[in-house]
Amino acid sequence: MNIVVLVKQVPNTTEVRIDPKTGNLIREGVESIINPEDRHALEAALSIKEIDGGKVTALTMGPPQAMEAVCEAISMGADQGILLTDRAFAGADTWATSTALGMAINRIGEFDLVIAGRQAVDGDTAQIGPQVAEFIGIPQLTYVRKLKAVEGKVVVERALEAGCERIEAPTPVLVTVLASLNEPRHPTVQGLLLATSDRAPIKIWNAADIGAKAPDLGFAGSLTQVIRTFTPKEARDTRYLDGSPASVAAELVKALHEKEIRLGE
Amino acid sequence: MAIRIDLEKCNACGLCMRSCPYEALESIDKKPRWIEDRCTLCGACLETCKFEALTGEIPARELPDFSDYRGVWVFAEQHDNVFHRSAFELLGCARYLADELGEEVVATALGSGIQDRARDLIEYGADRCIVVDHLALAYYQTCTYTHALGELIRRYKPNILLIAATHLGRDLAPRMSRRLGLGLTADCTRLSIDPEERILLQTRPAFGGNIMATIVSRFSRPQTATVRPGIMKALDWDPSRHGEIRIEEISMADCKEFTKVLECIMSEDRGVSLPLAKIIVAGGRPVCSDQGIAVLKEFADAVGGQVACTRVVVEEGFLPQDQQVGQTGQTVRPEVYFACGISGAVQHKAGMDGSRYVVAINKDPDAPIFEIADFAIVGDLFEILPALTRAVRGQG
Repeated sequence: MNIVVLVKQVPNTTEVRIDPKTGNLIREGVESIINPEDRHALEAALSIKEIDGGKVTALTMGPPQAMEAVCEAISMGADQGILLTDRAFAGADTWATSTALGMAINRIGEFDLVIAGRQAVDGDTAQIGPQVAEFIGIPQLTYVRKLKAVEGKVVVERALEAGCERIEAPTPVLVTVLASLNEPRHPTVQGLLLATSDRAPIKIWNAADIGAKAPDLGFAGSLTQVIRTFTPKEARDTRYLDGSPASVAAELVKALHEKEIRLGE
Repeated sequence: MAIRIDLEKCNACGLCMRSCPYEALESIDKKPRWIEDRCTLCGACLETCKFEALTGEIPARELPDFSDYRGVWVFAEQHDNVFHRSAFELLGCARYLADELGEEVVATALGSGIQDRARDLIEYGADRCIVVDHLALAYYQTCTYTHALGELIRRYKPNILLIAATHLGRDLAPRMSRRLGLGLTADCTRLSIDPEERILLQTRPAFGGNIMATIVSRFSRPQTATVRPGIMKALDWDPSRHGEIRIEEISMADCKEFTKVLECIMSEDRGVSLPLAKIIVAGGRPVCSDQGIAVLKEFADAVGGQVACTRVVVEEGFLPQDQQVGQTGQTVRPEVYFACGISGAVQHKAGMDGSRYVVAINKDPDAPIFEIADFAIVGDLFEILPALTRAVRGQG
């Protein structure tokens, strides 16, 4: 099976902090990582390949430094990496991003499966998978936590809010996966050497390479615009309760009672 | 759309060719020639020419006329012909938006045999309800629902469309919006109308809740957003409300569903419904022991609350995933939230900062949870919680 894996390089959001003066994100010094769920997508593709053969292509869109993510994918075992990078892609919302990724997948051509993480930790939208699937005109299976590929079809288990469903779909199909699907492998030394060598199987494509026009891409091609960002307000009047556990407990019960909250009734 | 080159005016400086990121201008006797196939119409070359030798129209973005798009729509999610609670929350929000705009609230329900329940939607705030009743819509599948909802939108041209950011909504909304060419904002936690532009202001958290962004869709209609469940408030049920319930026929013949549902397994209802709980007793890392869970549960029993936790407690296997509160768990807004041994990472706060009162118990006086606490107790939960349990039971 030929598999395309969508990979995004993201800031490690657990480290992201806000500049208290400007209210902007402080990106300096924040580590860039492969979006955690995308590593599970890579693992899924690589383990299918180990059984069925075929080719795994890691595709990412981002600034030139997103090459790190492509290299990591290669060092985990992907056969090919493609970095989509172009100033024209900058400022894209999910509409314009799915246009670019969809056109790149069409350019790659032969594929049976497209696998992506459910969502990226910086945006948390979970929109790219379904939007790309619609763009290239194939079915989608989201929130997948078990995945089995057999010739010409996949059988998956999708997580629902209250349970799960088992679904079968013919290939080609796009799957978005959850972290509970598998345990991603670590990059190998040989893989890393290959990824950073001259013969690294990595291509860099720009907008023209995928046949895209600037008005359809990036900020210009987006249907939504961010008009304001701000830090969430967290102001609450905090009242500290001191003393022995028994006195603190009594004081809290009384204080809540005054707010018309009667515990245990 | 083309780039025109006046070779008479061109002085062969070469700036335009160097400015092109796509090598869409090639050099013929040092003067540029346009290669249409490579050009992305970015306009970079036009800005470099000082002699007006290069001209071209870079399409400006005009705002289309959307004056015939009207109404605030709610996609009312249902399972087994019972509406998801998010449907009523969205109606509450839609009512507010529609009143601001002077437009009507329309609820849409897709299913098989769902029309008998449609009155519920009217009684929770819809002016009208459009029902598509078809056997193919009995159980959610991406393709059939995308087709039916998309067709309704084409016919009725709503101004705004709200879909719950549930697993179903987050599967349907991006697929449908891509098909119809709609901008889409995910997981909104606040929606309002811009007083001047009269467009929908869609506010959502990003970067794990570290930052909030307000987003607009100026270039497509309906303005479409998914809305995080548990945030918006439903209106009170009002059986005296009236409204039209319309059954709409949509042919499903063209809709080929390639995926096949083999089996659907619903988990047993353990009676845990955190989003509806009035009192929640939540534990963090320190409760990761049998004793810790016991202390938590005993206090929850005493106050008539539900037990919840942070992600680490789920990962350590002490409580099931449906009891996790936070970015990757449930969003809750109880009257009182007891945060016991919870440090208060943004990912956790994102799921509970809508609580009316927050009581934080933590050994670490610098724990971020205290920033959003109404009542702060610096101490060991293994001493505080048993004392609270006794106090509540009147044994203090």
